[in-house]
Amino acid sequence: MSQSDAMGFLSPLTEKAENSWFWYIKEWVCSTDAKRIGLMYIIFGILMGVIGGVLSILIRIELFSAGADIMSETFYATLPGMHATLMIFFFVIPIFTGVGNFVVPIQIGAPDMAFPRLNLAGFWILPAAAAMALSAYLVPKGAPGFGWTGYPPLSVQASLGADLWIAAIILVGTSSTMAAVNFLSTVFNMRCKNMTLFQMPLFTWSLVVTSFLILASTPVLTSAMMMLELQRTFPAAFHFFDPQGGGDPILYQHLFWFYSHPAVYIMILPGFGLISEVIPTFSRKPIFGYAVMAWSMIAIAVLGFVVWAHHMFTTGIALRVRMAFMLLTMLIAVPTGIKIFSWLATMWGGSLSFKTPMLFAVGFIAMFTIGGLSGVVLASVPVDIQLHDTYYVVAHIHYVLVAGSVMTIWAGIYYWWPKMTGRFYHEGLGKFHFWVTTIFINVTFFIQHYLGMQGMPRRYFDYDPQFEWANAISSLGSFALFSVQFVALGNLVWSLYAGRQAEANAWEDGETLEWDISSPPPHHNFPEPPVWEPVDRSHDEEEGHELQPQPSPAE
Amino acid sequence: MAAQVEAGAENLGVENGKIGMWTFLVMDAMTFAGFLAGYARLRWSPGSGWPMPYETFGVIGIQLTAFNTFVLICSSVSMVHVLAETMKGNLKRAENWMLATIFGGLFFLGVQGYEWTHLIMDKWPHMLSAGAAPPAYNSNFASTFLNLTGFHGAHVAVGVMYNVIMYLGLRRGKIDQDNASLIEIAGLYWHFVDLIWILVFTFVYLI
Ligand SMILES: [Cu+2]
Repeated sequence: MSQSDAMGFLSPLTEKAENSWFWYIKEWVCSTDAKRIGLMYIIFGILMGVIGGVLSILIRIELFSAGADIMSETFYATLPGMHATLMIFFFVIPIFTGVGNFVVPIQIGAPDMAFPRLNLAGFWILPAAAAMALSAYLVPKGAPGFGWTGYPPLSVQASLGADLWIAAIILVGTSSTMAAVNFLSTVFNMRCKNMTLFQMPLFTWSLVVTSFLILASTPVLTSAMMMLELQRTFPAAFHFFDPQGGGDPILYQHLFWFYSHPAVYIMILPGFGLISEVIPTFSRKPIFGYAVMAWSMIAIAVLGFVVWAHHMFTTGIALRVRMAFMLLTMLIAVPTGIKIFSWLATMWGGSLSFKTPMLFAVGFIAMFTIGGLSGVVLASVPVDIQLHDTYYVVAHIHYVLVAGSVMTIWAGIYYWWPKMTGRFYHEGLGKFHFWVTTIFINVTFFIQHYLGMQGMPRRYFDYDPQFEWANAISSLGSFALFSVQFVALGNLVWSLYAGRQAEANAWEDGETLEWDISSPPPHHNFPEPPVWEPVDRSHDEEEGHELQPQPSPAE
Repeated sequence: MAAQVEAGAENLGVENGKIGMWTFLVMDAMTFAGFLAGYARLRWSPGSGWPMPYETFGVIGIQLTAFNTFVLICSSVSMVHVLAETMKGNLKRAENWMLATIFGGLFFLGVQGYEWTHLIMDKWPHMLSAGAAPPAYNSNFASTFLNLTGFHGAHVAVGVMYNVIMYLGLRRGKIDQDNASLIEIAGLYWHFVDLIWILVFTFVYLI
């Protein structure tokens, strides 16, 4: 019994489960404990990330040299869309939901999420949805070949696989709104004593803001998908997107991007929050500008709702409208810049310790800035008309989503792994993983900016031979980038057997509540409801925490 | 009943369930917003060829639906009574008011079913057979009509089932004064469905 005490929430609950693997696994898949559900989300997300990665490797093999190489063009056409669908809906978003499930209730001092069974149901929708999306490859005529955006008329004309894809998207949206309802109810109503809204850790804040984004944007995607499906199923009766029947294909794009621009923030704000936990811990200094950090996330979310048409600059909408969207889009760089500088100011004068999570956090700041800047370039109407649907856009989104979201996901997994499992990963291998990942993200994606500038279109099966050398470099980079992720997965599995045991405060400098309880945490997080000791978040000289005086470089 | 998760020391002063319902309604409202935005865009674009609803449905159609709207509003009023009586502990009366609420929802669905049948069979035969001639006006008038009223009708149907479950809870003594908030949460949903109908009715029939 003492041994299973040390295993916290990982330990079996009943004697049956203690003696048989079958019952132990059954206990997991039916568990309503947010920590277990969180881990299931993470494992599922990683699995989908691997499949999505395989699809991207297939793309890069095909594009390694000009001409048809290993597959047919119809099969190739399905790859970009399926890769994006898996990575966005089944990898990045679920992993953040999983980390949130594990960390948020503990950070606010709650025993669990507000609706544990809703939580479990929301998780199990995902594997079903993933099976539907992937099974599109098994039906006649295969998976849809219209990219992840599903624009009509292509998506109206596509074969059966498209119906499976649409149904999967609706299910995923349902699952993530269920999680959002749960997060908001938990955070608003289940905080421990003294955990007022502006005492909450920034990771919790980021999930609140993300949940509002999900709540307000995902249903609009659902409405677009339902209209699309109606038009596909009853072509005689519904003509929403069909100009011949008085409909409007651009309407679909408006509805789609009303979700899919905020989706970018759904995929990066939890990362921002997570970095705001990692950097103070490894700088041994409180976060700089706490309130501004929270408000800038809110500002990003609000602005995120009024910029969607920047994806539609070439659809012929009025120039005045495009100018407004261009301006608003560029405005988002302001709160994002505030966050970058606050992270730097937190590190400034801190006593830095470059463990793997910190390396990923710092690497994220550096490379995400590149993605942010290319975003400002694309926001400019005349430039975008030139670069629209080229590899420049591909480079931009991958700097935002790989150098952004994926780097923060790794930072978070390394940061909370000792808390989740009670074991440390191998630090040397973690650092190796960081350096190889960082180098090969740049090898893979930086050169795609040049490809785009020179006019190589995205989603094409074949290309002009002048682009060959750059594509070869990008492909080689992607092979290395993909393979090194397995080193990290191996490291995590290794840690379960041989990793060093983690203390409650595994990094010694964690300030939030999860570092007060054992690693891994017990089943109900806290033996009794904790009381939060309020932190002065100001930088006031007398009352607030001190900003250490800096020696000037000249001295 | 399942063990409810308790609110924490710092809370908003209501049960978790109520916050859950409110946040769910935000999301549901945005789904309708998506459909309504699509409707607005199709209708108010230049040269859309949109007919006047008043002329297309005819006086009878609009007045029938106006009456139906009235019934739905009445069922919202009776839902308020269900909560009031439950909180006072008059469970028998609460049951009767709940029956009235359920009846109101069923009546609404019945009239809507009649209206749909009439419109599809008589006015929009092109929807069933590709051979029939489409109407002279923009056929999205029909598409969006079925889309909006159908999605709302599905909400009414779910609401009726929800209310039946609450009714059974009252009858079997599982809901009483102490957990009247369950009725309040069901009421939030029912009033929301009512409110959405007033929007849909205004957009689709009146203006
Ligand atoms: Cu965007």
